[in-house]
Order: sequence, then C-alpha cells, then structure tokens
Amino acid sequence: MHAPDGFIDVPVSAAAGVLAAGAIAVSLRGARRELDERTAPLAGLVAAFVFAAQMLNFPVAGGTSGHLLGGALAAILVGPYTGILCVSVVLLMQAVLFADGGLTALGVNITTMAITTAVVAYPLFRGLVTVLPRTRRSVTVASFVAALVSVPASAVVFTLLYAIGGTTDVSIGKVAAAMVGVHLLIGLGEAVITALTVGAVVAVRPDLVHGARGLRPKLKLRVDGELVDAPDAPEPAPAPARSRRKVWVTGLVTSLVLAGFVSFYASADPDGLEKVAGDHGIDKKAEEHTIADSPLADYGVKDVDNARLSGALAGVTGVGVTVVAGTAVFWVVVRGRRTDRDADTTTHDDSNV
Amino acid sequence: MSTASLAVAGLAFAYPDGHQALFGVDFTVARGERVALLGPNGAGKTTLVLHLNGILTGGTGTVTVAGLEVGKRHMAEIRRRVGIVFQDPDDQLFMPTVREDVAFGPAAAGIKGAELEERVDRALGLVGMAEFKDRPPHHLSFGQRRRVAVATVLAMEPEILVLDEPSSNLDPASRRELADILRSLDVTVLMVTHDLPYALELCPRSLILSDGVIAADGGTADLLADAALMRAHRLELPYGFDPRSVPAAPGRS
Amino acid sequence: MGAGHAHRLYRHGHSPVHALPPHTKLAAVLAFVVVVVSTPREAMWAFAAYAGLLALVAYAARVPPGFLLRRLLIEVPFVAFAALLPFVARGERVDVLGLSLSVDGLWGAWNVLAKGTLGVAASVLLAATTELREVLLGLQRLRLPPLLVQIASFMVRYGDVVTDEMRRMRIARESRGFEARGVRHWGVLAKSAGALFIRSYERGERVHLAMVSRGYAGSMPVIDEVTASRAQWCRALALPSAAFVVCLLGWTV
Repeated sequence: MHAPDGFIDVPVSAAAGVLAAGAIAVSLRGARRELDERTAPLAGLVAAFVFAAQMLNFPVAGGTSGHLLGGALAAILVGPYTGILCVSVVLLMQAVLFADGGLTALGVNITTMAITTAVVAYPLFRGLVTVLPRTRRSVTVASFVAALVSVPASAVVFTLLYAIGGTTDVSIGKVAAAMVGVHLLIGLGEAVITALTVGAVVAVRPDLVHGARGLRPKLKLRVDGELVDAPDAPEPAPAPARSRRKVWVTGLVTSLVLAGFVSFYASADPDGLEKVAGDHGIDKKAEEHTIADSPLADYGVKDVDNARLSGALAGVTGVGVTVVAGTAVFWVVVRGRRTDRDADTTTHDDSNV
Repeated sequence: MSTASLAVAGLAFAYPDGHQALFGVDFTVARGERVALLGPNGAGKTTLVLHLNGILTGGTGTVTVAGLEVGKRHMAEIRRRVGIVFQDPDDQLFMPTVREDVAFGPAAAGIKGAELEERVDRALGLVGMAEFKDRPPHHLSFGQRRRVAVATVLAMEPEILVLDEPSSNLDPASRRELADILRSLDVTVLMVTHDLPYALELCPRSLILSDGVIAADGGTADLLADAALMRAHRLELPYGFDPRSVPAAPGRS
Repeated sequence: MGAGHAHRLYRHGHSPVHALPPHTKLAAVLAFVVVVVSTPREAMWAFAAYAGLLALVAYAARVPPGFLLRRLLIEVPFVAFAALLPFVARGERVDVLGLSLSVDGLWGAWNVLAKGTLGVAASVLLAATTELREVLLGLQRLRLPPLLVQIASFMVRYGDVVTDEMRRMRIARESRGFEARGVRHWGVLAKSAGALFIRSYERGERVHLAMVSRGYAGSMPVIDEVTASRAQWCRALALPSAAFVVCLLGWTV
C-alpha cells in the first residue's frame, strides 16, 4: 500500500502531509511521556523491529504471501505515540533509501499506515481489554480484533483520500470494494500474527506490553490451603473503573447490534449499501456481486466469496470505527468529569484510557 | 598516590521489586592498579558496576571516584571519569560510524572541533583501530568492535576503566590483542569477569564478589590457588589449568 | 508492498553528484518530485524531458542504466494497479484491439506510471549517491525534528543487527526442519516475532544505559555540521530548476 508519486493529486498529498506532520508533532510529545529520555534508543530499536518484521512474509491462500504492516502491533506494544513515530520513521526511510513509496506521497502513506492503524487499533485494543475479563487471553483476543480492524480501516482511509484526490475517475465503490476486500484478507493475517506476537510477549515479559499495563495479576492469599484473591484495597477508585467498564460494554453491544443490522441490510440489498457508501464515501463491502464482473476479481477478493462472511467482516470494521468514535467522545467526557472531580478532591489517580 | 581511584564503602542495594543484590560492599582501588572482580553468575557484579557511574542509586553506602562522591550533584563529571565497557559491543556502539561513536562521549562533554578530532584519533590509535575510523561498526569483526568499544570509553580520558566480561566471545588472537592493549594503557582498570586465566594474566589483584559482599581480596595467583575458596564461591578454573604453573601478572612499575 | 528490501542501494563512487552535500541533494530530489507531480498529464513531452534530465544526472553520477532499471522494479505492484485503471475507470471509452477502454483510465494509468516511475528513479539516484549516514545528516540539516532523526539513526544502526537476529532465528527454525508453508505455521512465525521484539526492546534498554554512561542526557551531541556553499546549492538545484522550466512550459504550451 506504499503509494507512489502521482497517485494522489498535489493538494490532497499536501493536506495529508500537513496532517501527518501535525500527528508526528503530537506523537513526539506523547512519546516523551511514554518513554521519557529513553525515547530515542527504544523507539529506534522498535522501528528497527518493525522494519525487520515487515520482512516476515506469511503465506496466505493461493500461493501468495502477505507481510506484516506492524502499525497495530507497534501501537499495542509500545503505545500509540511511539508506535506512530516508529512506523513513520520506517516509512520515511523506505521512501528515501529504497524508493518504496513516493516522497510527495509520504504524507498519504504516513496518514494511512502509521496514524490510522494506531488511532484505530489502540483505543479498540484498550476498550476490549477493559471490557473483557482480566486475563492474558483477553489481551491476545483484543490485539487480534484491533489488528484485524486496523488494516481495512487503513484501506478505508486510503480510499477516502483517493476519492478526494485520486487522479483518475474510478468508481469509488469499486476502489473501496477492492481495497477493503484485499485488506480484509491481509488484515486477517496481520491479526493472527499480531495477536500471537503480543501473546508471546505477554507470556514472557508482560511488563513490555504497553497496552496491557493495567493488567497486573491480583495478589493471592493462601487461606486454608486454597488460593484466594487478595482484597484489592490499594485500588484507588474501583467505582469509576466499573462504571467505565459498563460504558464500554454498552458501547460495544450497541455497535455490534448496529453492525449486525447493517450487514444484514447489506446482504439483502447490496446495491442499497453501495448507495449508502456512495453518499458517505465509505464502502466497507467485499461483495462478490460488484466485483465478479470486474478484473479486480483477479486481485484475490474471490477468496471471500461467502456474502454473509464478507458482510460480517465489514460489520467488524464498522464496530471498530464506531468504537473509535465512541472512545473519542467518552474520553472527552471523562476528562471533563475528572477535571471537575480533581477540583473537589485530589485523591484519584487512576490510569488513563 | 593519596586519593584512591575508586572507593566503595558499605554499598547495599535492593531492586524496586524487592530483590536485594548487594549487602554491604567495601573495597578500594588505588590509582593505576589493575584489579579483577570475580564472582559467579548472580553475585551482583553487574549491579555493582551500574553503581560505579550512578546509573543505579538509592541504596545505602557510598561510591567515591578520585575523591568525588557519586551522586546527582556531579553526575556528568562522574560519568566522564568512569568509563564502562559493556559486555556486548553492539550495545555500546550505537552511532552510524566508528568515528562518531568514539566522539560521542567527549562531544556530550562539550568538546568540539580539532580537539574532538584529536581525541578520537588518539583513542582509536591506542586500540589500533585508526584505519577503521569511517566504517560503520556493524561491518567490523566482533574483536574489532570490542576494541572500538574500549576506544569510545578511552576517548573520555577516564580515571578508571571498568570492563564487563571483556574476553567473552573473543577468539584467542583477539583475546591476546585486547590483553596487550589493556596492559599498554595507563589507567586504573577494574575488570569484571569469570575468565579466571584472563584475570591472572592481566590483574595482579582480585576481588571475589559472592552473595552481594566482597568475600575475598588478595593477589590473583593466591586466590586462584586456594581450591577451597574457589569451590565455596562456584569459581572453576578451565580443565588442566594450574595457576601455579604460569607467571603471575606483573604489577605496574 | 515493500517486500524484500535489498540493502546496499548505495554505490560507492567519487562523482560530482556523490560530492554534493546531502541536504542539497535531498532538497533537490524533493523539489524535483513536487514539480513532476504538478505537471499536467497531457504534456507527455514534459515527462520525456524529465526522464532526460534524470538520465543526465545518472550519467554524471556514473550510475549504470542497468542498476537504475533493476531498482525500478520496486514499483511493480503499482504498475499492476495502473494497468487495471483503463478497464475500471468511468467515462468516455475507446476501442483498442477489441478491448473497450476508458479514456480517463488510460490517462490515469499514464499519469501514475509516468510520475511514479520518475519519483522512484529520482529516489534511487539519491540513494545510490548518498550514504545512509549522509542521508541522516541531511535530514537533520533540513530541520527534521532532532528526536525523529535520532530514532531514524538508531533504526539504521540496528536495522542490520535486528535483521541478523531474525535471520539467525529463521536458520534455527529451518535447521529443525521447519518451513513456513501455510496458515498452520503462522504461530511459529509470530513466536519468532515476539522473541524478536523482546530482544529489540531489551537491546534498546541496554543501548540507553551505554549512552547514559557516556554522558547522554536526552539530546545528541553535535559531532558533524554539514554545510553547503552557494555553488553546491546551485549545482544541486539545477535539476529541479530545469524541471520547473519544463513544467511551466507544460502548463502554457
């Protein structure tokens, strides 16, 4: 997905460049918070890791192979800010040294592959970790979903950019179908590898998984020969944590219901969805119907030929987008509330989302 | 010499997770001495080394380098005076070229221009790596990288050179070359190792660190010859090596 | 998709292009690519002129055409995409050899191919005549945020080390009869990736220790200042200036 020069027109490339520069500026400050003065060596090593991990080709169906993008993985392992920096640096060096991705398209590439993946994957991951039971398996599941959604989300953003600044008049529905369809497959591979990688790291060095820092095992007490959870007295504020959890659960369930509805609608009336997609500029559909008669069918979308399955996958993408939007709103609300609360008492110091 | 290069007194330290590694370490190293710090795995050697330039602090006891106590107040000066050569040269050589890597320490201390260049040349000359100045470190052999790592520290003109397992992973020729270099240097050396023949070859005096305290302090040849002491601290000589059959390291003139 | 990054894009040499300061070359390539991208796609002759300009630079840099052409292969996935455009684009259609093709799609394919190829060729020439190290210095000089330059330079320094570890793990896997053939083997690959991450992260921590030990306090000391004379800037900017003239003609003619 490394876009070359001339793929997206100049104004949109420039706008994406400005967006990327802004996001990097924010990330530079954020990464200092995540890693303090260890930022440079650690982020550099993680960038080297992402660079090396991109050489990890995993075989996909039909003799083709995909390779890891690593955006979600980096965000989960080292935090969203550092993750954005690492992937951006990898993209910069690829553009300058390997001519992989155009220099004028750097803003576009950073926006789709570094920023979108981190911004989608990390809140989704955190949300799921908060909602799911506090176990290692939940971390693995959460990384799976986060990575799975991040890749098609990145394709959606790319399609959006193409819709605004594409240099050819192509049916956006077709581009979206092809991009998202292909990237659902890639996303599946990315998800498996990301989940297993995070799982492997959590098993050996749980402290290194930035996104799972709140997941400290509970202290156990031995009472009459049996292990019992110690009462979590030092937990500063159990009440807000629980209420947050409730909000997350509600949000997720709502999104799932919505997504299910949309998917059902999609499989019942594909042209209807195409219209919706046309109106909103987003098309999350890998529908055989649209693609079968186009040469894009060779691209590998035919592997997802089960209409309901592709609908469900599109639904998952929808959930991801919803959760991200929800998280943003929720975060703003919580911040506002916390500022109020801090004005009254200064006892609370629970972790950020 | 009146002030010792290094004086450690009553040093005790526990990691934040509660694991205590040092239980009151006391020793001094006089200026110009070459001393080996021997000890089994887990004895606290690395923890001790990280105290020498103030990377780990917060326990009790003091570390004094040439009369200057290690603490927040003189941290920059302490780090210039104590040169630590870490075990893996790839950790130590982090800059893109040998020259920049050697220049890193002095440049961080504010040295610039011709003087910086002169420092780099001198340090590389001391370890015989002058002609590799503009090469990237990862294109060098392991032995060459270890020598450059020593140069990066020498460029800071330290009071004391601390080497963590200097002979590990070296082939016999590189090992001998490094020994020749270390012998030729005019600095105080503290060498942390379990390579006992290497300690005997280079250091007239040895300390044994065991269970977080200095368990023995004496002539290297005498310590190595004391079979009971060695066994008690899990130190083993290589098969067939008899410390009494080789000449001990000559002291400094 | 950028699979199989072959390293060593740099070709050692002493041409006038090699001798230019890196930041002038970076600025020139960036300006050139911007000019190329802003050229109207209908001005086909302009793209031929750009290709001619790049050929002149390649000649001056003594980069053989074969080398340049081989490096252009990185573009292949997008060539495939461009080839699809005439089939899927909307609008007026023409019949070519019995195929119904979209006129706009043909222009689009030409646009992506021409601009993409010129962009890749310019970057390849830059990479072929500028050492990694210099690229970083150039980026620094062009006021890329210092932290970003540091991260990039650590990535460059440790890219090989990490890739080597990756390769060793693959050899270890394959020596035990493992070969990644299908989905069933993703787990093993992921475990390698996990191990690789832990190793990379821990190395990052050790590198940080080594840096702190040599006086690092959050910002890199300045070791090299690259400067460019007015003449060098003029020489470097000759390429984008010539391209700019072509571009203006492309808009007016």
